[in-house]
Amino acid sequence: MAVMEDALFLARAQFGLNIGFHIMFPTLTIALAWFLLGFRIVYQRTGDPAWLATYKLWVKVFALSFAMGVVTGVVMSFQFGTNWPRYMTTVGAIAGPLLSYEVLTAFFLEATFLGVMLFGMDRVPDWAHIGATALVAFGTTVSAFWILALNSWMHTPAGHTMDAGQVIAADWIAVIFNPSFPYRLTHMLIASGLTASFVVAGLSAWRLLKAQDASAMKTLRAGIVTAACLIPVQIFVGDLHGLNTLEHQPQKIAAMEALWKTERGAPLVMFAVPNERERRNDFAIEIPYGLSLILRHHADAEIKGLDDFEPDRPPVVPLFFGFRLMVGIGVMMLLVSWVGTFMTRRGRVPPRWLLWVLAAFTFSGWVATLAGWIVTEVGRQPWLVTGILRTKDAVGDISGAQLGVSLTGYVLTYTTMFIAYMVVLTHMAGKGAKTVTPLRPEAIR
Amino acid sequence: MIDLPIVFLFLMGLSVLLYVVLDGYDLGVGMLMPAATEDEQSVMVASIAPFWDANETWLVLGVGILLAAFPVAHGMVLSALYLPVVAMLVGLMLRGVAFELRIKAEGWHRDLWNWLFWAGSFAASFFQGVMLGRYITGFESGFLYWMFALLVGASLCGGYVLLGATWLTWKTEGALQRKSIAWTRWGLLWVALGVLLVSMATPLISETVRDKWFTFPRAFFVMLLPAATFAMGVWSWVMTGRMKAGDTSRDWRPFVAAVSIFTLAFLGLAYSIFPYVVIDKLTAWEAAAHPSALKVLLIGAVVVLPFIVAYTALSYRIFRGKAKAGLYD
Repeated sequence: MAVMEDALFLARAQFGLNIGFHIMFPTLTIALAWFLLGFRIVYQRTGDPAWLATYKLWVKVFALSFAMGVVTGVVMSFQFGTNWPRYMTTVGAIAGPLLSYEVLTAFFLEATFLGVMLFGMDRVPDWAHIGATALVAFGTTVSAFWILALNSWMHTPAGHTMDAGQVIAADWIAVIFNPSFPYRLTHMLIASGLTASFVVAGLSAWRLLKAQDASAMKTLRAGIVTAACLIPVQIFVGDLHGLNTLEHQPQKIAAMEALWKTERGAPLVMFAVPNERERRNDFAIEIPYGLSLILRHHADAEIKGLDDFEPDRPPVVPLFFGFRLMVGIGVMMLLVSWVGTFMTRRGRVPPRWLLWVLAAFTFSGWVATLAGWIVTEVGRQPWLVTGILRTKDAVGDISGAQLGVSLTGYVLTYTTMFIAYMVVLTHMAGKGAKTVTPLRPEAIR
Repeated sequence: MIDLPIVFLFLMGLSVLLYVVLDGYDLGVGMLMPAATEDEQSVMVASIAPFWDANETWLVLGVGILLAAFPVAHGMVLSALYLPVVAMLVGLMLRGVAFELRIKAEGWHRDLWNWLFWAGSFAASFFQGVMLGRYITGFESGFLYWMFALLVGASLCGGYVLLGATWLTWKTEGALQRKSIAWTRWGLLWVALGVLLVSMATPLISETVRDKWFTFPRAFFVMLLPAATFAMGVWSWVMTGRMKAGDTSRDWRPFVAAVSIFTLAFLGLAYSIFPYVVIDKLTAWEAAAHPSALKVLLIGAVVVLPFIVAYTALSYRIFRGKAKAGLYD
């Protein structure tokens, strides 16, 4: 039994590590591709060499991030089968086609036109180069569509029937557009937009701290204004997604809010240390009736607590803190982007403290995304596919020793890759930037 | 009524063949890096830069079809090959990242990433061969079976070096092209030895394969495969001999010959294994996914694959001609 649990733990740790490391890069590149398209079109319209320099710098950032996404994504395609063989034998008739459609309609498109986008600028006409950039951006978004369709279906399965122990699709439209899909897709795409916006603004700020550069002012402004526009939308969509989760996965909401017992007039727990063993909150700071008001818009409304779902409920600690981390960063992103937008209005040069703040927030999108991803995926437990397949029943028979060896290998590889990525990124954005145009007020507008 | 499992066996084979040929040449270029000067390395990298991402995608499609069309086999094959797969993936990751980083690095950083690019390419190639070797033996354990897998690993490296060298013969000029022609000839010898040893060992290792190749009268016809492979090898040797003497007008020919050798070897392998997905254990029909899934998959593949082939061809057309150093300039 202990051995089984070890293998399950290692399989989960390894898969979680891989997918967690992997999603950082698509999260960045999906929206960064659209930024690139914007930069490229503005250059086409204005003919301003600063925009060309901008495009060429960010295309390199994109290429590096995309490569990180590709190589870690290849690993994913192998691990579905090695870590969760029963997943494919049970729901393969749903998951297989969705994953294959992603490869067919998105991966090839992105990877092929990436070559044209990166190296084809002087080989194809301008319209074709813009077209290639647009196809890369389109491809990354299509990829998100398919993978989130599958991911959402695992949370809120719909449109399927059973045939001899296998799940098969009865209605593909219902499978793809399952109840949580529209919210999850929108939430994730905006998360990508915010991640890319803060990376663009943050690295530009970093560059401005190191050197005077007019094009970095332009990208800083582009990033920060995009973020300022997106974040209120994200808060609204996030709320809708939360209400959708309350309807379809109430146990996840109960764990996020550390609500141990079903009650009327449930309080909103602002801070606490959830105590899994005693099933209560220590050191809780609560707002009376807050949760009922937020979720049901009525102070006396009944909210289902974790006791209604025992024993099939997710762990509380990662959800409770993950959710608060995500929301906390979101609120800070709102402040930073709005203050930043205001302070850079009409070509004003931002003060150095603002540049430092923006540089510090460069990867805030990653932290928020990973926190949110942990909330939603751990919140699905103990199910792999809600109501259909439990995680522990899907695990394969790879020995703990093999999993341990490979996990070590992956950790070492990912650490190396990540350090190198960060060093090169900051180097490219900072001192390593070759084309530096002097910062003149008229160049900024 | 179409025999869907066989259609997908064919599609999976096609993806794997395309992967082996396409990523094969860029892995081969990676393995040849230490044999070139720094300037030459820049040209070599430039010759594969627009393509390698898309080349690797064929692996994802091949594994994706295995996963989606033959889910039982996906679990069985990849669990049995677990550690070689991990080693290969680590190799692929290191080389992919090193590829991007070496362009941006300077000084000893660049040396480090060059080395990792080489090591990653080599590890990925070698362990792909080991996977193939283990697969042919039906994952039997034992000293000889493992030696066989290592032999296939070493031979596949030779095959990828051959593909890489012929690719460079086609895409480069001057001193580097002359070097590439020499590499091609070394690659040919390496592959000849590898193909010979693997062909002799395979029937000894597997009874199923032996029956396929040595049952008359069909043995007579299937012997055409090794004969054609041999002819291609000889043709390459003669051709590169002439190119060494200075006639480089048809510099694409060695690459075509190398691709033909790979295709013939692949057909031989496919013939040996058909209709198994896991040799002696699981046929395509036994491993196939639910028919409803296969139908949906087939529609997608039939509609989208022609587009993929078309824009892949377009990209090779855009980047036709000799490669030049100076990426990103």
